[in-house]
Amino acid sequence: MPIFKVLKYNPKDGGEPYFREFEVPTHKGMTVLEGLYHILEQQDPTLAFRSSCRQGVCGSCAMHINGMYRLACETQIAAMGEHITVRPLAHMTVIRDLVVDMEPFFRQYEAIKPYLIPAQQPGEKEYLQSPQERARLTHHVDCILCAACYGSCPVVATDEKYLGPHALLKALRFVEDSRDGATNERLAYVASDVGVFRCHTIFNCQQVCPKDLDPTGAIGKLKMKAFWAKLKGKLPKAG
Amino acid sequence: MKFYDVVIVGGGLAGLRAAIAAHDAGLKVGLISKIHPVRSHSGAAQGGINAALGNHPNGQDDSPERHAYDTVKGSDFLADQDAVEIMTGMAPGIIYEMEHWGCPFDRYENGKIAQRPFGGGGFPRTCYGADRTGLYLLHTCYEQVVKRGIEVIYELFVTKLAVNGNRCTGVVGMNLHTGEFETVGGKAVVFATGGSGRIYSHNTTNAHASTGLGVAIPYWAGVPLKDMEFIQFHPTGLDGSSILMTEGCRGEGGYLLNNAGERFMKNYVSEKIMELAPRDIVSRCIQTEINEGRGFEGRYVHLDLRHLGAQKIMERLPGIREICLKFKNIDPIKEPIPIQPAMHYTMGGIDCNGDGVTPLDGLYAAGECACVSVHGANRLGGNSLLETIVFGARVGQAVANNIKGDSGGADENSLNKALKEEQDRFKMLRSSDGKENPYDIKNELSRIMFDKVGIFRNETDMARAVTEIKILRERYKKIRAIPDTGKFNYDFLWVTEIAGNLDTALAIAVGALNRTESRGAHYRMDYPKRLDEQWMKHSMFSFAPDGPAISYKNVTVTKFQPEERKY
Ligand SMILES: Cc1cc2nc3c(=O)[nH]c(=O)nc-3n(C[C@H](O)[C@H](O)[C@H](O)COP(=O)(O)OP(=O)(O)OC[C@H]3O[C@@H](n4cnc5c(N)ncnc54)[C@H](O)[C@@H]3O)c2cc1C
Ligand code: FES
Repeated sequence: MPIFKVLKYNPKDGGEPYFREFEVPTHKGMTVLEGLYHILEQQDPTLAFRSSCRQGVCGSCAMHINGMYRLACETQIAAMGEHITVRPLAHMTVIRDLVVDMEPFFRQYEAIKPYLIPAQQPGEKEYLQSPQERARLTHHVDCILCAACYGSCPVVATDEKYLGPHALLKALRFVEDSRDGATNERLAYVASDVGVFRCHTIFNCQQVCPKDLDPTGAIGKLKMKAFWAKLKGKLPKAG
Repeated sequence: MKFYDVVIVGGGLAGLRAAIAAHDAGLKVGLISKIHPVRSHSGAAQGGINAALGNHPNGQDDSPERHAYDTVKGSDFLADQDAVEIMTGMAPGIIYEMEHWGCPFDRYENGKIAQRPFGGGGFPRTCYGADRTGLYLLHTCYEQVVKRGIEVIYELFVTKLAVNGNRCTGVVGMNLHTGEFETVGGKAVVFATGGSGRIYSHNTTNAHASTGLGVAIPYWAGVPLKDMEFIQFHPTGLDGSSILMTEGCRGEGGYLLNNAGERFMKNYVSEKIMELAPRDIVSRCIQTEINEGRGFEGRYVHLDLRHLGAQKIMERLPGIREICLKFKNIDPIKEPIPIQPAMHYTMGGIDCNGDGVTPLDGLYAAGECACVSVHGANRLGGNSLLETIVFGARVGQAVANNIKGDSGGADENSLNKALKEEQDRFKMLRSSDGKENPYDIKNELSRIMFDKVGIFRNETDMARAVTEIKILRERYKKIRAIPDTGKFNYDFLWVTEIAGNLDTALAIAVGALNRTESRGAHYRMDYPKRLDEQWMKHSMFSFAPDGPAISYKNVTVTKFQPEERKY
């Protein structure tokens, strides 16, 4: 029976965080998330963790499992061995057990204006977009906002102004959209002192992304685009 | 005390779309969700959303009227046809609107939105973005909520309606961030709490958050539920976890094979329709194959995509491949996928009309928790996402029209009364000296429902199910104490969800036992025929402590007279 070692923390008890161990009976195909449910239901009803879809699409269950940021629902127990150490995402305030404060993460997401700012007034039907134009959004639109990248990023850890890999990937998603008309404003913002030039290109975000997306590459692209736009005098003053 | 023009409970597609409509009509909106809106199960929808755009080369003769006919026929003539016509008529417009807001649909060479065939559709009319349509729609809607600065209160878990006479005055719930109960008052309240799949927790495509509580809260407050016996079993749940393998797999040309490698659907339906018959029919065929020994390990059949080729699978069904690799360690490019039917959708729900108006003044409903009814006895794939957006938008607008000129404030008495009741209930749960593990009750309920109120039904099993659910309800009164963890008390949340599951399950079972015919997803071995004279009507459920009281309501027929449902 594998042993789950889970970080427990409740500020209400006035205590420090500590690890508690649980023996968890398993079956074929069982995931770490199912293991956590087993603990909640049969051993420790105080255990706090977020989850919903259990199929890797809602982004609730990113946590630190055996040294890596992963989605608990997509992580097979069998692949983790006999000892499974589960901790909350890093660089975020722990509220209780595995639940962290997501507010800063969502504030930064909002800061990049994560919505289409149309280039043209729409007609009666759809904007036409060729398959090639649509292909430039592939992967960027698959982000589930799980914050695994955010938890893994050392710049996020040390620099609270930094927008973070999730927000910058989202910014590229709109910069690349043929229907969006705010490219230069977006580039000016991501090139400002909160954005892409704070990234040290450490590749953690790319390594941990459970959806195999490439925020590091996205940040690189934004840097190039901002650089050329600046040279051509297209960037408005950020403000 | 928080007070809004309209309080919307639910951050899925229906709730978000209602919030946008209400905001755009000038209302002050408070949107509440027990999980962050982008975590809602709408995001798990894969295959697509229906609208007669006529973009597909074989779909040029499609029309909202054809779409309406397919929907009514798919519903086995239980849908209200006026509501269906509203939905299919508004469908093209709301798809264009989602596109204008940036939704990344797939495209044809001419730049138009791509469409694929889905079960029971006379034309290919399901608009999609790969197999992640729900994710794209949900994020697009949430982005518009952010753009408008609509107030979102996430991780507030609603447990009760506040009611004054026959008027809903707001809601009460536990703020998970503080562990305290709060009231949120409103001139109107919209319920958009999604499906109830977790009643069948061992065998459902639904998220943990999709429980019976969402419909139980209004039900407990005296609002009738409708057509609860109609539960959709999706034909293709992944063996073991029941994670959905979208109907798009078959829409793109996937085969269903039994253990002899035979495309068995040809033995049940016409060669023209095969794997793309409506879901109720395909699920029964699969289950019959399994029951009669033509499955694998007595449990599943194969969904075979291999002949589609690597490129098509990677382009159109990348999410399916990812799920198969991660959860089953198989690659559908090389191997067939083991699948079995799984509980997927609740056709029934909170009784309301095409504006979401319920019999309780001030309370509205939209999305999967609502029963308008546009799905009748069986929902067509791609029509549910459509329902959430169409009726979400309509409800937001209807609230704005209906509360115009209402300058009233919070009804503090009824809100505080409901608050006190919830605080007392919490204290009782905290201090219980019972011994029952609530999760054992949840698990036993799920077994009862799948075994006895499942794909094939009969009198004996269902009567037993009703008795057994009643016993579980008694046992629930003796559950062990819940801990007082302060913040993020998930045990309290799940234990409350179980109470909702129990009463909603009882309505489902009693309704199914009561309906002595077969229609759509409700299939009775002992009454295999559809009996229009007696049963072409909606079942209505009113809450009573020892089980629901049932009454009936006529079905609205406009253009389409009932006919035999042949495919
Ligand atoms: C796996 C899967 C795939 C699907 N694919 C398709 C498809 O391809 N096409 C299609 O048309 N349909 C599809 N469906 C059906 C469709 O996705 C759903 O019916 C629809 O998305 C439901 O949306 P909703 O807004 O009603 O509810 P949800 O998206 O489930 O949202 C419910 C919301 O209510 C909130 N909530 C619930 N209870 C409470 C409470 N007590 N307090 C506070 N908040 C609460 C939740 O937090 C959540 O935000 C699919 C369904 C599943 C399960
Ligand atoms: S539970 Fe949804 S991503 Fe893990």
